[in-house]
Amino acid sequence: MSPEGIVSRRPRRVQEALLGYLLLVPALLVFGVFVFYPFLRNFKLALYQTPPFPGLPSHYVGLHQVGEVLTSSNFLQSLLTTILFVVMVVPAGLLLGLFLAVAAHRHLRGIAVYRIIFSSTVVSSVAVAALVFGTLMNPVVGFLPWLGINPHPPILENTTWALPAVAVMATWQFLGLSFIIMSAGLSSIPEEVLEAAKVDGATSWSAFWRVTVPLLSPTLFFGVVVATIYAFQTFGQIDILIGSQNAAYEHVNVLIYNVYTTLQINGNPGRAAVLSIALFLLTLTLTLLQLRFLERRVSYGI
Amino acid sequence: MAVRYLLLTVGALIVLLPLYLTVVNSLLPEPALAHQPPYLYPPHPQWVDYSTAWAGGSLSIYLRNSAVQTAIIVVGQLVTSILAAYSFAFLRFPFRRTLFVVFLSTLMIPFEVTLITNLDTITSLGWYNSFAGLTVPFLASGFGTFLLRQAFLQIPRDLREAAALDGYGHWRFMTRVAVPLARPSVAALAVFSFLGAWNQYLWPLVVTGNNNAVRTVQIGLKLLVGNNVSSVDVTLAGTVIAVAPLLLLLVVFQKQLVRSLTAGAVK
Repeated sequence: MSPEGIVSRRPRRVQEALLGYLLLVPALLVFGVFVFYPFLRNFKLALYQTPPFPGLPSHYVGLHQVGEVLTSSNFLQSLLTTILFVVMVVPAGLLLGLFLAVAAHRHLRGIAVYRIIFSSTVVSSVAVAALVFGTLMNPVVGFLPWLGINPHPPILENTTWALPAVAVMATWQFLGLSFIIMSAGLSSIPEEVLEAAKVDGATSWSAFWRVTVPLLSPTLFFGVVVATIYAFQTFGQIDILIGSQNAAYEHVNVLIYNVYTTLQINGNPGRAAVLSIALFLLTLTLTLLQLRFLERRVSYGI
Repeated sequence: MAVRYLLLTVGALIVLLPLYLTVVNSLLPEPALAHQPPYLYPPHPQWVDYSTAWAGGSLSIYLRNSAVQTAIIVVGQLVTSILAAYSFAFLRFPFRRTLFVVFLSTLMIPFEVTLITNLDTITSLGWYNSFAGLTVPFLASGFGTFLLRQAFLQIPRDLREAAALDGYGHWRFMTRVAVPLARPSVAALAVFSFLGAWNQYLWPLVVTGNNNAVRTVQIGLKLLVGNNVSSVDVTLAGTVIAVAPLLLLLVVFQKQLVRSLTAGAVK
């Protein structure tokens, strides 16, 4: 290597580094302004109490507001509602998705059509799903009376049944994604393994539980994480179907909906910030717990 | 064998039922809606509901707005992700690994904690009720960068070296070699971004003002519920119009969609 070769390498390395940073600038700019700065400022907002009338400055109350919000009955009920909702949606959504994925995991003629149908709910937007189910559950034009379901007050204003109704809708909407995830997981299991199990005398049923499910555990684990985050983010359906003026509002007031109403309708960003941090910590904790607890039970490879 | 098909068909019917009933209802004349037992197919389809929803419900405007908003976001995410992924995959610089972790960390920060400040930022920039306000916060994607970096890393080193010998600078290599080779992942990202942007609800809700300037189809649908309380059939026609483009997308781009959604599921 000639001396010229070595000397000309150093500026090139600097040039490469500069280019490297330059290419990151657009994304970092967006992240800096719209992700990291708001994230940090949110903590600051939580420490300031919003004045009752706009125009007055908000004053620093420190952790007092945090404590006050976290012990309020509004927050605790919101928390309970959120947990109930997650418990209703996550297992049902994953199990149904798994069932559909197993049913469609065959080399049958026309199976592609079934696969598209099963994944179709993944493109349904919040508004579409809400309107579709809103109509189905409407007491006058809906289909529930035909099935003999006639609660008083009507299901979407019913303090007991409004939340399960929204859960049914959210589960349906999640089915498409659940099916896609489970199908991908099933596809990654080599055929030979199942063949070997059958040769060893396993029946279909026990082959499923003893071989397929454990091999599917990374996918199931991924599915649980995705489903949980999805359930925590369910907002639009509640806003369209029920809304904050509804009698059943308190019983469907999941945390994220609470953040929205506290901010936009009550005009209280300080309180909303606390609620949003609580939601964030809840999601983060659950995800980390799942990562530690479930990953230990996941069996990778063969 | 027949049992299999039966099971599959039952499953398909259950999944499709809500949408099917919606289409049926959208084609019924208004008095027939409350008929018990409910109609399972429209005896005299009323296609006029669709033109009412389109014109009277301003759906054409909302669809246009959604199209503009989605196009901006998709292009933005593709560009920023390609640039950043290229940097992470092919260039060397100090703190590269740290910066990548920074990119990934954005996936952990959920929307609700940035909402309040973003609303303030957008308002103080004067972007309230504008396409800028709707789209700029979403022009970058940590997930997109991750996905494309993965794809770029799979390009063989020899190819890079051969291109360098042929005098290919970074720009040429990126546009003529790397991106075309990563086309499946780029397409997957495009579909994924499209879906996310089109279906956004909370952010357009808070950033859109009281007129149709930038109102997207999701918010427009919510308004249909408020305005046409009695014309359920028109509302439902609007709903079908709103979801039809996406269903088409699914049928055509199913492979790409599946690829992007399962990026983390299969080891």
